[in-house]
Amino acid sequence: MTTLTDPPKEQFRLSMLIYDTRYRSGTIQVIALIGFMLLVSWLISNTVQNLAALGKPIDFGFLTEPASYDINQRLIDYNSRDTHLRASIVGLLNTLVVAVLGCATATVIGVVIGVLRLSNNWLVSRIMAVYVEMFRNVPVLLWIVFIMAILIDTLPQPRDFRGDDAEASMILGDSVAVTNRGVYIPEPLFGRRGEEGNFTSWRHGFGDIAIGASESDPDCQSYYASEGPFAGRPAEGCGVVQVSLDLVAIIIVLAGGFAVSGWIKRRADHIQESTGDRPTTWYLRLGVVLVPLLILLWVQGLYFAKPELRGFNFQGGTHLRNSLIALWLALSLYTAAFIAEIVRAGIRAISHGQTEAASALGIRPNRIMSLVILPQALRVIIPPLISQYLNLTKNSSLAIAVGYMDITGTLGGITLNQTGRELESILLLMLVYLSISLIISMVMNWYNDRVKLRER
Amino acid sequence: MSDTHAETVAFVRETMLEEQAPPVTTVGLIGWARTNLFTGWFNSIVTVILGILVVYLLMGLIPWILSPTWNATSLNQCREILTAMGRVGEHGVSGACWGVINERWIQLMFGFYPSHLYWRPIAAFILLGVAMAPILFSDRVPTQLLYFSAAYPFLFPWLLWGGTIWGPLSAAAGFVIGFYVYRYASRALSNLAGLVLGVVAALVWWLFLGPLLSGELSRVLPIGIEAVESRAFGGFMLSITIGVVAIACSLPLGIVLALGRQSDLLIVKYLCVGFIEFIRGVPLITLLFVASVLLNLFLPPGTTFDIILRVLIMVTLFASAYMAEVIRGGLAALPKGQYEGADSLGLDYWQAQRLIIMPQALKISIPGIVSTFIGVFKDTTLVSIIGLLDPLGLSNAIRADSNWNGIVWELYGFIAVIFFIFCFSMSRYSMYLERKLETGHR
Repeated sequence: MTTLTDPPKEQFRLSMLIYDTRYRSGTIQVIALIGFMLLVSWLISNTVQNLAALGKPIDFGFLTEPASYDINQRLIDYNSRDTHLRASIVGLLNTLVVAVLGCATATVIGVVIGVLRLSNNWLVSRIMAVYVEMFRNVPVLLWIVFIMAILIDTLPQPRDFRGDDAEASMILGDSVAVTNRGVYIPEPLFGRRGEEGNFTSWRHGFGDIAIGASESDPDCQSYYASEGPFAGRPAEGCGVVQVSLDLVAIIIVLAGGFAVSGWIKRRADHIQESTGDRPTTWYLRLGVVLVPLLILLWVQGLYFAKPELRGFNFQGGTHLRNSLIALWLALSLYTAAFIAEIVRAGIRAISHGQTEAASALGIRPNRIMSLVILPQALRVIIPPLISQYLNLTKNSSLAIAVGYMDITGTLGGITLNQTGRELESILLLMLVYLSISLIISMVMNWYNDRVKLRER
Repeated sequence: MSDTHAETVAFVRETMLEEQAPPVTTVGLIGWARTNLFTGWFNSIVTVILGILVVYLLMGLIPWILSPTWNATSLNQCREILTAMGRVGEHGVSGACWGVINERWIQLMFGFYPSHLYWRPIAAFILLGVAMAPILFSDRVPTQLLYFSAAYPFLFPWLLWGGTIWGPLSAAAGFVIGFYVYRYASRALSNLAGLVLGVVAALVWWLFLGPLLSGELSRVLPIGIEAVESRAFGGFMLSITIGVVAIACSLPLGIVLALGRQSDLLIVKYLCVGFIEFIRGVPLITLLFVASVLLNLFLPPGTTFDIILRVLIMVTLFASAYMAEVIRGGLAALPKGQYEGADSLGLDYWQAQRLIIMPQALKISIPGIVSTFIGVFKDTTLVSIIGLLDPLGLSNAIRADSNWNGIVWELYGFIAVIFFIFCFSMSRYSMYLERKLETGHR
């Protein structure tokens, strides 16, 4: 019988930190950490010394000082007396506007072009290939300034619209004016106002609610007034944020409509499973969404204010500035080229057998694409699509080249130059973009998990 | 018997029929058109409409391009030439104004680089082609050229920026010293100790001994060429310089970062993850802001260095984070058996990486690597926002010139075409490389 004895216990020696694989990884990591911390502390101490020499210690107090510059494109009220913080928020909202618009347009164009690139028609697929190569191989910044220059230098000036034999004319039934100062489109407004500013009909919308308003604020007089044509309607500048009750009501009614429509669909599914016949529901589902919405819009007195040429420029309507249009168009067209390639790769990743099986079942080509191929291709398409959305959002920072006031233009541009707080501004700017990126990738990863193939 | 058979059946063929040509409608141009352009009525209509559109577009575009305005000196003169030719359309004259390209193309290429020194960037870029040849087309050029490729990184900045020759030579000497210290120390002591000593020796040389020696030498033996300031750099020369340096430096950095991210060492891994995700989460323009206003703040008081160098550092860091993710994709795509196979052969970590893992992982990630390269090259245009005069920065200046006020298509079209040529050839090269390295199994 043999007795198992423990191997002699090894004495720990210092050299084992390097030569023994059990300890070596620890050694390397400790050295790396120390090196990293030394580097960081060296950078920080340098920065502190430099800032002390310049006489501006790190201080975020500038955010509460008045910004004293104007922002011509804004979603929330803003004037030059507001703080730098509010200017940055206006900029952030502008960034989000162009990012959302761009992502939506780029997806639509990209999917169409990606599908058409696989067309059997040689001419169609060639033209799409030319589009993709043209936009992919030229810098996006060049596209942005190029489109901006085209808008400014080749479109008619507002004064060309004047006179009986005007050189330019408005399009779409005199409702849209395309000029070199931007595009004017009809603006949806609630409640019809008369000449004196009074509401002429009994339908005048629900008005706005001012959050953070105070009675002492002179801008809020009408908001707290009990009578008069504008009673209960905050003037511009009243409160921190004004929320349109009309929009809130529309969103509630729409959400309710979609909920009922979803319920009808589930009921139809249920009936189909138990009886085999699917009841026709499309008119019901459309009706529950549209009818309440139309009634609500009528109650609110929705109308479209058309832009009109007055003096040297167009008045009324919504003014889409050239900078927004150039940025939006360039970002969507550029990103669409990448999305088209992603879509094409995703569709080609689905085996041809799927198409053949679907046609064996007697499904027509259009339906094969929408019912069989695209749902499967989505799993391949979504992850790279997420990174394209992220790229578009980050590329929207190029707005600074055409003067669109996004967060790079406000916080990283004018605020930085006015206050001289480079370190703080750029840190905040990076933090904002980092958060946007993380949020987008979190949302899209959640969606990706939902459409992912459930393997058994 | 055939005779009896002949009586019962009216006709029996005894020879093969001559092979006939296929119907004209299924071969050649007509057949191709029928299968690719005119299958079914819908496709035919689409083809006809698109064909008319394309022809219409080309009929507008080609006369516009072929406009004899090469020698015009201002936009007005272009208009006069075109009006004299009678090319007046509905919206003013129709025709390109190429005078602006004729007048400014040298500026668009070299920026404000002194004109008597143009030979230097030209030589630098031609030699760049020579230095890259053994790397890009390894099977068609002699391997000895690799020595030149190794020396080129020191030649390139010297040709562009000029100055004393001792600076680049001392930088190169640092590498040589580090290598020899590593070689002897790793034989005498151990591999790891050799590596550490080699790096320390090189750092000591670069930081302390090298500058001293090169300063002395340039005082005693002032060999050098005329120095050019960074401010004079501009145009495509600047874009290509930034692009080439960032591309060349980001690949090794990206490999290191990708390995760090895949590593088992937790602290190293999280440092790499943090760096990569931070860089990928912020736009390049914020990093360029850092380069233009903040980088000097982070360094010891009194240090100032060149704006182009600062931009190069930030663009390289930016590109390396993206490169790391591409290479990580390649590493992840490699079957686990390859790692285990390397282990079972008794290779250590670095040997396994060098001989087994990296060659395959890099091959898998070629498309991604090249598209990162293209992205970096395109992103060099962003430097115009922080005031460097790359082609876009110059185009703003040209458009502000009273002679060329209002010029759009010709100028941006020219810049776009040049970018297109560079980027498109890079993507074609990556396809060639993929085909060349294709071994038939994955």
